[in-house]
Amino acid sequence: MSVLLEVKDLVVRFYTQEGTVFAVNGVSFDLEEGETLGIVGESGSGKSVSSLALMGLIPSPPGKVESGTVIFEGRDLLQLKPDQMRLIRGKEIAMIFQDPMTSLNPVLTIGTQITESLKLHEGMNTSQSRKRAADLLDMVGIPDAYRRLDDYPHQFSGGMRQRVMIAMGLSCNPKLLIADEPTTALDVTIQAQIIELVKQLKDEFNMAMIWITHDLGVVAGIADRIQVMYGGRIMESGSSHEVFGDSRHPYTVGLLGSLPRLDSSGEEKLTQIEGSPPDMRNEPEGCPFAPRCDTRELLQLDKCWDQRPPLEIVPDSSGIVQHVMSCWADIREGVAEHV
Amino acid sequence: MSSQVMEHTTRKSQADGDIILEVKGLKKHFPISSGIVFQRQVGAVRAVDGISFDVVRGETLGLVGESGCGKSTTGRTILQLYRPTEGSVKFEGQELSTMAGNDLRQMRRRMQIIFQDPFASLNPRMTVGSIVSEPLQIHNIYSNKKERQQYVEQLMEKVGLNPYFINRYPHEFSGGQRQRIGIARALALEPSFIVADEPISALDVSIQAQVVNLMEELQDELNLTYLFIAHDLSMVRHICDRVAVMYLGKIVELGPVDAVYDNPQHPYTQALLSAVPVPDPGVEESRQRIIISGDLPSPANPPTGCNFNTRCPVAFDLCYQEPDPPLVEVLPNHFVSCHRVT
Repeated sequence: MSVLLEVKDLVVRFYTQEGTVFAVNGVSFDLEEGETLGIVGESGSGKSVSSLALMGLIPSPPGKVESGTVIFEGRDLLQLKPDQMRLIRGKEIAMIFQDPMTSLNPVLTIGTQITESLKLHEGMNTSQSRKRAADLLDMVGIPDAYRRLDDYPHQFSGGMRQRVMIAMGLSCNPKLLIADEPTTALDVTIQAQIIELVKQLKDEFNMAMIWITHDLGVVAGIADRIQVMYGGRIMESGSSHEVFGDSRHPYTVGLLGSLPRLDSSGEEKLTQIEGSPPDMRNEPEGCPFAPRCDTRELLQLDKCWDQRPPLEIVPDSSGIVQHVMSCWADIREGVAEHV
Repeated sequence: MSSQVMEHTTRKSQADGDIILEVKGLKKHFPISSGIVFQRQVGAVRAVDGISFDVVRGETLGLVGESGCGKSTTGRTILQLYRPTEGSVKFEGQELSTMAGNDLRQMRRRMQIIFQDPFASLNPRMTVGSIVSEPLQIHNIYSNKKERQQYVEQLMEKVGLNPYFINRYPHEFSGGQRQRIGIARALALEPSFIVADEPISALDVSIQAQVVNLMEELQDELNLTYLFIAHDLSMVRHICDRVAVMYLGKIVELGPVDAVYDNPQHPYTQALLSAVPVPDPGVEESRQRIIISGDLPSPANPPTGCNFNTRCPVAFDLCYQEPDPPLVEVLPNHFVSCHRVT
């Protein structure tokens, strides 16, 4: 497989009245053709902002992509002019958003909204594009698709609206689909429907996918590779089996420990990560997780505070996919000393 | 039939412990009106449509279901924040549904609520101190201002807030800290029963565990009884002793958490549990999902027959003809309402 997308040292900041927000502080990752990457993080971890940046959708001002490159099929997306970017957005890279109610236009019919990109990118006329739009709606499981083209977003339920969004995203056979918390606003039974649909369509279209979420359970089921973000930086990345089964970063370990599991009775207390997520208005000098990290206390590492740990290959990792993390300590060592 | 079953439920739990709350045949219908000048009622949203259960002192009863199933309305109707359309709510032996005025206000000292959204449930113009002490003022406890402030500071410490922040405003706190303020407010009158209406769903993952651990500690310390309303089924298994699964205004399954999670009887419970993702790729690969098609029907226009028949994978003739069956005890303390099972 070849590399489809290569992000290097991406830095995004927002210059607001309350000060500079250091949203993304040096993020690098690759994505191969047909691969599913799950980006996991809490609110403010920079997971959405980094994906908006590679779509060229950072509102500027106040936002600014300070540095970095995003190579997609040999071109740096960050250097493209707005009209060149428009040819890629929706055609080569499509995005589906969290809240289908606010991301669909309430005063336009579903048909108008889906055919817009078909007319723009594929040069179809009205009847061709309507036929294709109906096929797409049918494919995402909306019954009576042709008639429903003339309905407005409010006439659909939440799950159905998200299906419409997916149909729009897939309309031009994109090579990469970015899904930003697409199931967060939905109930679990509807979430299961949507995940099943996306999995099936991904294979059919042979797309690469970036699935952004705060729900570790959701990515465990769909992602080939997981990337855990915190404070605008990547903390740990590797195959989903390794990140969940052999987590090495104290944040990943803490996050997994704080989740109760459906498949075990909850007698034991949840391990909690003390403190709260960092204020992104302060540029973190060292590791962004340092103030909440108990491994640091155990090992008494001073450099956690003032030196950023690099993203390095985990010692004796076994997987085919590179397992990397950004931490000065080796937690197994920390645990050993603690015991 | 159903009243017999209900009596049976009551007797059963009474044997186990002291019943703090007894809900019988509770209904809450919201009218739908039409007309611009002359309003007339054209229908009703059957948010809660005849539910019965008991809560034993010291336990945590989970109330789960998807959005729109009536779980929050149930919580609020129990506290008489909505007056029930029908049915009875007995709290510590006293009937609440007919109580009003000062009597009801006195009862409210014993039962409190924690809300979902810590951003919307705190008045942005009040300091933490005045938010937490407002219930004390209303009920005229601590006429002495200094004593009251001391008590509020104690409460803040108890929920893990620095009492030094007593004069700060809600916007100066993070989501998790605001939820702690909400908990301190609920505890101020030393209630015995707390309705926790999705207390953690607006919080970040790493903060959820903090709040849940705090709630568990407080329960042990103060012998609190919780009605824990949630849609996060994993968290419900962790925190609750028993769980009631709601669908379209009715309880479809009720029982001890481990029994319900390990051996769900109702097809809806089975589908709901199988839809919850587990943070373990190994488990996820081998799991069989039951995907139920379609959406929740409108509670203003529920289907005839069993409520779940529009989405049920195992529905048969009887499910379309007969209304949903009463809750029947199929295993010890484990109740199900399904034509298939009974």
